[in-house]
Amino acid sequence: MRTIEQTTDEILNLAAAHFKVPRTALESGDDFYKKLGIDSLQALELLTRLENHFGVELPDYEVQGVSDFRTLATRIQARL
Amino acid sequence: MDEHKGKSLSWRTAEGVIELALNRAPANEIGLAMLEDLERFTSSLPALESKASALILYSEQKAGFSAGADLRELYAEAQKMEKSLALKGVREFLERIHAVLNRIDTSPLTTIAAVHGVCFGGGFELALTCDLIVADKMARFCFPELRLGLVPGFGGIPRLKRDIGNAVVRDLLLTGRSINATKALAVGLASQVAAEGEALRVARSTAAQVTKFDRATSAAAKRFIKPLPAEELRREIDLFCELFTRPAVMEGLRKFVEDKGAHPYLP
Repeated sequence: MRTIEQTTDEILNLAAAHFKVPRTALESGDDFYKKLGIDSLQALELLTRLENHFGVELPDYEVQGVSDFRTLATRIQARL
Repeated sequence: MDEHKGKSLSWRTAEGVIELALNRAPANEIGLAMLEDLERFTSSLPALESKASALILYSEQKAGFSAGADLRELYAEAQKMEKSLALKGVREFLERIHAVLNRIDTSPLTTIAAVHGVCFGGGFELALTCDLIVADKMARFCFPELRLGLVPGFGGIPRLKRDIGNAVVRDLLLTGRSINATKALAVGLASQVAAEGEALRVARSTAAQVTKFDRATSAAAKRFIKPLPAEELRREIDLFCELFTRPAVMEGLRKFVEDKGAHPYLP
Protein backbone atom coordinates (compact mmCIF):
# COMPACT_ATOMS: atom_id res chain seq x y z
CA MET A 1 0.00 0.00 0.00
CA ARG A 2 1.39 3.37 -1.01
CA THR A 3 1.59 6.20 1.48
CA ILE A 4 0.04 9.54 0.60
CA GLU A 5 3.56 10.90 0.18
CA GLN A 6 4.41 8.17 -2.33
CA THR A 7 1.17 8.76 -4.23
CA THR A 8 1.81 12.51 -4.35
CA ASP A 9 5.37 11.92 -5.52
CA GLU A 10 4.24 9.61 -8.31
CA ILE A 11 1.68 12.19 -9.46
CA LEU A 12 4.33 14.90 -9.53
CA ASN A 13 6.73 12.64 -11.46
CA LEU A 14 4.07 11.73 -13.98
CA ALA A 15 2.93 15.35 -14.46
CA ALA A 16 6.50 16.59 -14.83
CA ALA A 17 7.39 13.93 -17.38
CA HIS A 18 4.26 14.27 -19.47
CA PHE A 19 3.88 18.03 -19.48
CA LYS A 20 7.63 18.57 -19.77
CA VAL A 21 8.07 20.60 -16.59
CA PRO A 22 11.20 20.14 -14.43
CA ARG A 23 10.29 17.85 -11.56
CA THR A 24 12.08 20.20 -9.16
CA ALA A 25 9.70 22.99 -10.18
CA LEU A 26 6.64 21.11 -8.86
CA GLU A 27 5.44 20.99 -5.26
CA SER A 28 2.48 19.19 -3.75
CA GLY A 29 0.57 22.38 -2.95
CA ASP A 30 0.89 23.81 -6.47
CA ASP A 31 -2.15 24.65 -8.58
CA PHE A 32 -1.62 22.20 -11.43
CA TYR A 33 -3.68 24.22 -13.92
CA LYS A 34 -1.33 27.16 -13.44
CA LYS A 35 1.91 25.29 -12.89
CA LEU A 36 1.46 22.95 -15.86
CA GLY A 37 -0.31 25.57 -17.98
CA ILE A 38 -3.11 23.17 -18.89
CA ASP A 39 -6.71 23.60 -20.01
CA SER A 40 -9.69 21.39 -19.22
CA LEU A 41 -9.01 18.93 -22.05
CA GLN A 42 -5.44 18.49 -20.83
CA ALA A 43 -6.75 18.10 -17.28
CA LEU A 44 -8.88 15.21 -18.53
CA GLU A 45 -5.77 13.77 -20.16
CA LEU A 46 -3.95 14.03 -16.82
CA LEU A 47 -6.90 12.32 -15.11
CA THR A 48 -6.75 9.47 -17.63
CA ARG A 49 -2.98 9.10 -17.21
CA LEU A 50 -3.40 8.96 -13.43
CA GLU A 51 -6.19 6.37 -13.68
CA ASN A 52 -4.04 4.24 -15.98
CA HIS A 53 -0.95 4.64 -13.81
CA PHE A 54 -2.64 3.82 -10.49
CA GLY A 55 -5.18 1.37 -11.92
CA VAL A 56 -8.12 3.20 -10.36
CA GLU A 57 -11.31 4.85 -11.53
CA LEU A 58 -11.55 8.49 -10.58
CA PRO A 59 -14.98 9.92 -11.45
CA ASP A 60 -14.51 13.47 -12.64
CA TYR A 61 -17.04 14.83 -10.13
CA GLU A 62 -14.60 13.73 -7.41
CA VAL A 63 -11.95 16.07 -8.79
CA GLN A 64 -14.39 18.92 -9.36
CA GLY A 65 -12.83 22.02 -7.82
CA VAL A 66 -9.55 20.21 -7.11
CA SER A 67 -6.59 22.13 -8.46
CA ASP A 68 -3.62 21.13 -6.29
CA PHE A 69 -1.55 17.94 -6.44
CA ARG A 70 -1.92 17.11 -2.74
CA THR A 71 -5.74 17.04 -2.82
CA LEU A 72 -5.61 15.08 -6.06
CA ALA A 73 -3.40 12.54 -4.28
CA THR A 74 -5.91 12.15 -1.45
CA ARG A 75 -8.69 11.45 -3.96
CA ILE A 76 -6.56 8.76 -5.62
CA GLN A 77 -5.37 7.37 -2.29
CA ALA A 78 -9.00 6.80 -1.27
CA ARG A 79 -9.41 4.43 -4.21
CA LEU A 80 -6.17 2.44 -3.98
CA MET B 1 -8.02 4.94 -54.54
CA ASP B 2 -11.18 7.10 -54.25
CA GLU B 3 -10.81 10.26 -52.18
CA HIS B 4 -12.96 13.20 -51.13
CA LYS B 5 -12.03 16.18 -49.00
CA GLY B 6 -14.69 18.31 -47.29
CA LYS B 7 -14.39 21.26 -44.91
CA SER B 8 -14.51 19.23 -41.73
CA LEU B 9 -13.84 15.67 -42.83
CA SER B 10 -12.45 13.60 -45.64
CA TRP B 11 -12.80 10.05 -46.84
CA ARG B 12 -10.91 7.63 -48.97
CA THR B 13 -11.42 4.06 -50.08
CA ALA B 14 -8.65 1.54 -50.60
CA GLU B 15 -8.50 -2.25 -50.55
CA GLY B 16 -12.13 -2.64 -49.54
CA VAL B 17 -11.97 -0.25 -46.60
CA ILE B 18 -13.44 3.27 -46.42
CA GLU B 19 -11.72 5.61 -43.96
CA LEU B 20 -13.68 8.63 -42.79
CA ALA B 21 -11.40 11.14 -41.06
CA LEU B 22 -12.96 13.88 -38.92
CA ASN B 23 -10.86 17.02 -39.01
CA ARG B 24 -12.39 20.19 -37.66
CA ALA B 25 -10.45 22.19 -35.09
CA PRO B 26 -10.37 22.27 -32.17
CA ALA B 27 -12.10 18.99 -31.31
CA ASN B 28 -14.45 17.99 -34.16
CA GLU B 29 -17.43 19.81 -32.70
CA ILE B 30 -20.54 18.77 -34.58
CA GLY B 31 -22.34 21.83 -35.92
CA LEU B 32 -23.81 22.72 -39.30
CA ALA B 33 -20.51 22.43 -41.19
CA MET B 34 -19.83 18.91 -39.89
CA LEU B 35 -23.48 17.92 -40.43
CA GLU B 36 -23.37 19.04 -44.06
CA ASP B 37 -20.14 17.12 -44.66
CA LEU B 38 -21.61 14.03 -42.99
CA GLU B 39 -24.68 14.36 -45.23
CA ARG B 40 -22.40 14.46 -48.28
CA PHE B 41 -20.69 11.35 -47.00
CA THR B 42 -23.92 9.41 -46.45
CA SER B 43 -25.16 10.51 -49.89
CA SER B 44 -22.01 8.97 -51.32
CA LEU B 45 -22.29 5.82 -49.23
CA PRO B 46 -24.34 3.68 -51.68
CA ALA B 47 -21.59 4.00 -54.29
CA LEU B 48 -18.81 3.55 -51.73
CA GLU B 49 -20.48 0.52 -50.16
CA SER B 50 -20.48 -1.29 -53.48
CA LYS B 51 -16.67 -1.31 -53.38
CA ALA B 52 -15.99 -1.93 -49.69
CA SER B 53 -16.49 -4.28 -46.76
CA ALA B 54 -15.55 -2.01 -43.86
CA LEU B 55 -15.75 1.60 -42.76
CA ILE B 56 -13.40 3.18 -40.21
CA LEU B 57 -14.27 6.47 -38.49
CA TYR B 58 -11.40 8.29 -36.83
CA SER B 59 -10.20 11.77 -35.95
CA GLU B 60 -7.21 13.71 -37.19
CA GLN B 61 -7.56 16.19 -34.33
CA LYS B 62 -5.12 15.75 -31.44
CA ALA B 63 -7.76 16.51 -28.78
CA GLY B 64 -9.72 13.41 -29.59
CA PHE B 65 -12.47 11.76 -31.58
CA SER B 66 -15.02 14.52 -30.98
CA ALA B 67 -16.02 16.82 -28.12
CA GLY B 68 -19.65 16.59 -29.26
CA ALA B 69 -22.23 19.06 -30.50
CA ASP B 70 -21.01 22.56 -31.28
CA LEU B 71 -22.53 24.26 -28.24
CA ARG B 72 -21.13 27.67 -29.16
CA GLU B 73 -22.89 27.53 -32.51
CA LEU B 74 -26.08 26.23 -30.90
CA TYR B 75 -26.08 29.06 -28.36
CA ALA B 76 -25.27 31.74 -30.93
CA GLU B 77 -28.01 30.56 -33.30
CA ALA B 78 -30.58 30.26 -30.51
CA GLN B 79 -29.80 33.79 -29.33
CA LYS B 80 -30.54 35.23 -32.77
CA MET B 81 -34.17 34.15 -32.90
CA GLU B 82 -37.27 33.91 -30.78
CA LYS B 83 -37.89 30.74 -28.81
CA SER B 84 -40.31 28.95 -31.17
CA LEU B 85 -38.04 29.51 -34.17
CA ALA B 86 -34.99 28.34 -32.21
CA LEU B 87 -36.86 25.18 -31.24
CA LYS B 88 -37.86 24.60 -34.86
CA GLY B 89 -34.20 24.96 -35.88
CA VAL B 90 -33.08 22.52 -33.20
CA ARG B 91 -35.65 19.95 -34.25
CA GLU B 92 -34.61 20.26 -37.90
CA PHE B 93 -30.95 19.84 -36.95
CA LEU B 94 -31.77 16.76 -34.87
CA GLU B 95 -33.86 15.21 -37.67
CA ARG B 96 -30.95 15.71 -40.07
CA ILE B 97 -28.26 14.38 -37.74
CA HIS B 98 -30.44 11.37 -36.84
CA ALA B 99 -30.89 10.59 -40.54
CA VAL B 100 -27.12 10.67 -41.03
CA LEU B 101 -26.31 8.61 -37.94
CA ASN B 102 -29.07 6.08 -38.68
CA ARG B 103 -27.63 5.65 -42.17
CA ILE B 104 -24.15 4.92 -40.80
CA ASP B 105 -25.64 2.69 -38.10
CA THR B 106 -27.48 0.54 -40.65
CA SER B 107 -24.79 0.49 -43.33
CA PRO B 108 -24.17 -3.05 -44.60
CA LEU B 109 -20.47 -2.44 -44.02
CA THR B 110 -18.77 -3.50 -40.82
CA THR B 111 -18.13 -0.16 -39.14
CA ILE B 112 -15.33 0.59 -36.71
CA ALA B 113 -14.75 3.73 -34.64
CA ALA B 114 -11.07 4.28 -33.78
CA VAL B 115 -11.33 6.53 -30.73
CA HIS B 116 -8.65 8.55 -28.99
CA GLY B 117 -8.89 11.42 -26.53
CA VAL B 118 -12.28 12.99 -25.83
CA CYS B 119 -15.32 11.17 -27.10
CA PHE B 120 -18.05 13.26 -25.55
CA GLY B 121 -21.74 13.88 -26.14
CA GLY B 122 -22.50 13.98 -29.85
CA GLY B 123 -19.06 12.56 -30.61
CA PHE B 124 -19.79 9.59 -28.38
CA GLU B 125 -23.14 9.25 -30.15
CA LEU B 126 -21.37 9.15 -33.51
CA ALA B 127 -18.98 6.44 -32.26
CA LEU B 128 -21.96 4.45 -30.98
CA THR B 129 -23.34 4.12 -34.51
CA CYS B 130 -20.38 1.87 -35.27
CA ASP B 131 -20.39 -1.90 -34.89
CA LEU B 132 -17.04 -1.90 -33.08
CA ILE B 133 -15.21 0.66 -30.99
CA VAL B 134 -11.43 0.43 -30.77
CA ALA B 135 -10.34 2.67 -27.91
CA ASP B 136 -6.89 4.21 -27.51
CA LYS B 137 -5.88 3.79 -23.84
CA MET B 138 -6.13 7.60 -23.50
CA ALA B 139 -9.73 7.72 -24.77
CA ARG B 140 -12.50 9.11 -22.53
CA PHE B 141 -16.22 8.62 -23.05
CA CYS B 142 -18.87 10.88 -21.55
CA PHE B 143 -22.45 12.09 -21.83
CA PRO B 144 -22.22 15.55 -20.21
CA GLU B 145 -25.65 16.73 -21.41
CA LEU B 146 -27.37 16.72 -18.00
CA ARG B 147 -24.93 19.41 -16.90
CA LEU B 148 -26.72 21.65 -19.43
CA GLY B 149 -30.21 20.52 -18.46
CA LEU B 150 -30.50 18.33 -21.55
CA VAL B 151 -30.34 14.69 -22.58
CA PRO B 152 -28.15 13.38 -25.40
CA GLY B 153 -29.92 14.29 -28.62
CA PHE B 154 -28.11 12.42 -31.40
CA GLY B 155 -29.44 8.97 -30.49
CA GLY B 156 -26.87 8.14 -27.85
CA ILE B 157 -28.99 6.62 -25.13
CA PRO B 158 -31.04 4.24 -27.33
CA ARG B 159 -27.81 3.11 -28.98
CA LEU B 160 -25.95 2.73 -25.69
CA LYS B 161 -28.90 0.78 -24.24
CA ARG B 162 -28.75 -1.52 -27.25
CA ASP B 163 -25.10 -2.30 -26.51
CA ILE B 164 -24.59 -2.41 -22.74
CA GLY B 165 -26.33 -2.91 -19.40
CA ASN B 166 -28.71 -0.37 -17.95
CA ALA B 167 -26.65 0.12 -14.78
CA VAL B 168 -23.80 1.60 -16.80
CA VAL B 169 -26.16 3.54 -19.05
CA ARG B 170 -27.74 5.17 -16.00
CA ASP B 171 -24.33 5.84 -14.44
CA LEU B 172 -23.08 7.62 -17.56
CA LEU B 173 -26.32 9.50 -18.18
CA LEU B 174 -27.29 10.48 -14.64
CA THR B 175 -23.85 11.35 -13.21
CA GLY B 176 -22.40 12.90 -16.39
CA ARG B 177 -19.05 11.38 -15.48
CA SER B 178 -16.50 10.29 -18.03
CA ILE B 179 -14.96 6.82 -18.21
CA ASN B 180 -11.64 5.69 -19.62
CA ALA B 181 -10.85 3.01 -22.19
CA THR B 182 -10.21 0.28 -19.62
CA LYS B 183 -13.65 0.82 -18.12
CA ALA B 184 -15.19 1.04 -21.59
CA LEU B 185 -13.70 -2.34 -22.42
CA ALA B 186 -14.82 -3.83 -19.10
CA VAL B 187 -18.46 -2.81 -19.62
CA GLY B 188 -18.52 -3.94 -23.26
CA LEU B 189 -18.64 -0.51 -24.83
CA ALA B 190 -15.27 -0.90 -26.55
CA SER B 191 -14.26 -4.19 -28.13
CA GLN B 192 -10.51 -3.55 -28.07
CA VAL B 193 -8.11 -1.22 -26.29
CA ALA B 194 -5.03 -0.04 -28.18
CA ALA B 195 -1.81 1.47 -26.92
CA GLU B 196 -1.54 5.23 -27.03
CA GLY B 197 -1.60 6.44 -30.64
CA GLU B 198 -2.38 2.96 -32.00
CA ALA B 199 -6.19 2.88 -32.27
CA LEU B 200 -6.24 3.58 -36.01
CA ARG B 201 -3.63 0.91 -36.70
CA VAL B 202 -5.67 -1.63 -34.69
CA ALA B 203 -8.86 -0.55 -36.49
CA ARG B 204 -7.12 -1.03 -39.86
CA SER B 205 -5.97 -4.49 -38.85
CA THR B 206 -9.53 -5.34 -37.77
CA ALA B 207 -10.92 -3.95 -41.04
CA ALA B 208 -8.45 -6.03 -43.04
CA GLN B 209 -9.79 -9.13 -41.28
CA VAL B 210 -13.37 -8.12 -42.12
CA THR B 211 -12.56 -7.84 -45.83
CA LYS B 212 -11.76 -11.58 -45.91
CA PHE B 213 -15.43 -12.50 -45.45
CA ASP B 214 -18.29 -12.63 -47.93
CA ARG B 215 -19.86 -9.16 -47.81
CA ALA B 216 -23.47 -10.35 -48.11
CA THR B 217 -22.99 -12.75 -45.20
CA SER B 218 -21.43 -10.06 -43.01
CA ALA B 219 -24.29 -7.68 -43.88
CA ALA B 220 -26.89 -10.34 -43.07
CA ALA B 221 -25.21 -11.10 -39.73
CA LYS B 222 -25.18 -7.41 -38.88
CA ARG B 223 -28.86 -6.94 -39.76
CA PHE B 224 -29.67 -9.92 -37.54
CA ILE B 225 -27.79 -8.74 -34.44
CA LYS B 226 -28.01 -4.95 -34.66
CA PRO B 227 -31.55 -3.64 -35.09
CA LEU B 228 -32.07 0.12 -35.15
CA PRO B 229 -34.00 1.25 -32.02
CA ALA B 230 -36.18 3.45 -34.24
CA GLU B 231 -39.04 4.14 -31.83
CA GLU B 232 -36.72 5.18 -28.98
CA LEU B 233 -34.69 7.36 -31.33
CA ARG B 234 -37.84 9.24 -32.31
CA ARG B 235 -38.88 9.67 -28.68
CA GLU B 236 -35.43 10.99 -27.85
CA ILE B 237 -35.84 13.85 -30.35
CA ASP B 238 -39.18 14.77 -28.76
CA LEU B 239 -37.71 14.66 -25.24
CA PHE B 240 -34.71 16.77 -26.24
CA CYS B 241 -36.99 19.41 -27.81
CA GLU B 242 -39.24 19.40 -24.75
CA LEU B 243 -36.27 20.06 -22.47
CA PHE B 244 -34.61 22.56 -24.80
CA THR B 245 -37.27 25.23 -24.27
CA ARG B 246 -36.60 25.56 -20.53
CA PRO B 247 -34.71 28.68 -19.40
CA ALA B 248 -32.17 26.55 -17.49
CA VAL B 249 -30.84 25.20 -20.78
CA MET B 250 -30.02 28.61 -22.22
CA GLU B 251 -28.40 29.53 -18.92
CA GLY B 252 -26.31 26.33 -18.97
CA LEU B 253 -25.25 27.00 -22.56
CA ARG B 254 -24.40 30.60 -21.74
CA LYS B 255 -22.21 29.52 -18.83
CA PHE B 256 -20.40 26.99 -21.00
CA VAL B 257 -19.86 29.43 -23.87
CA GLU B 258 -18.72 32.28 -21.65
CA ASP B 259 -16.44 30.16 -19.47
CA LYS B 260 -12.95 31.50 -20.10
CA GLY B 261 -11.38 29.30 -17.45
CA ALA B 262 -9.85 25.87 -17.69
CA HIS B 263 -12.96 23.99 -16.67
CA PRO B 264 -15.66 23.85 -19.38
CA TYR B 265 -15.17 20.12 -20.02
CA LEU B 266 -15.19 19.22 -16.33
CA PRO B 267 -18.40 18.79 -14.32
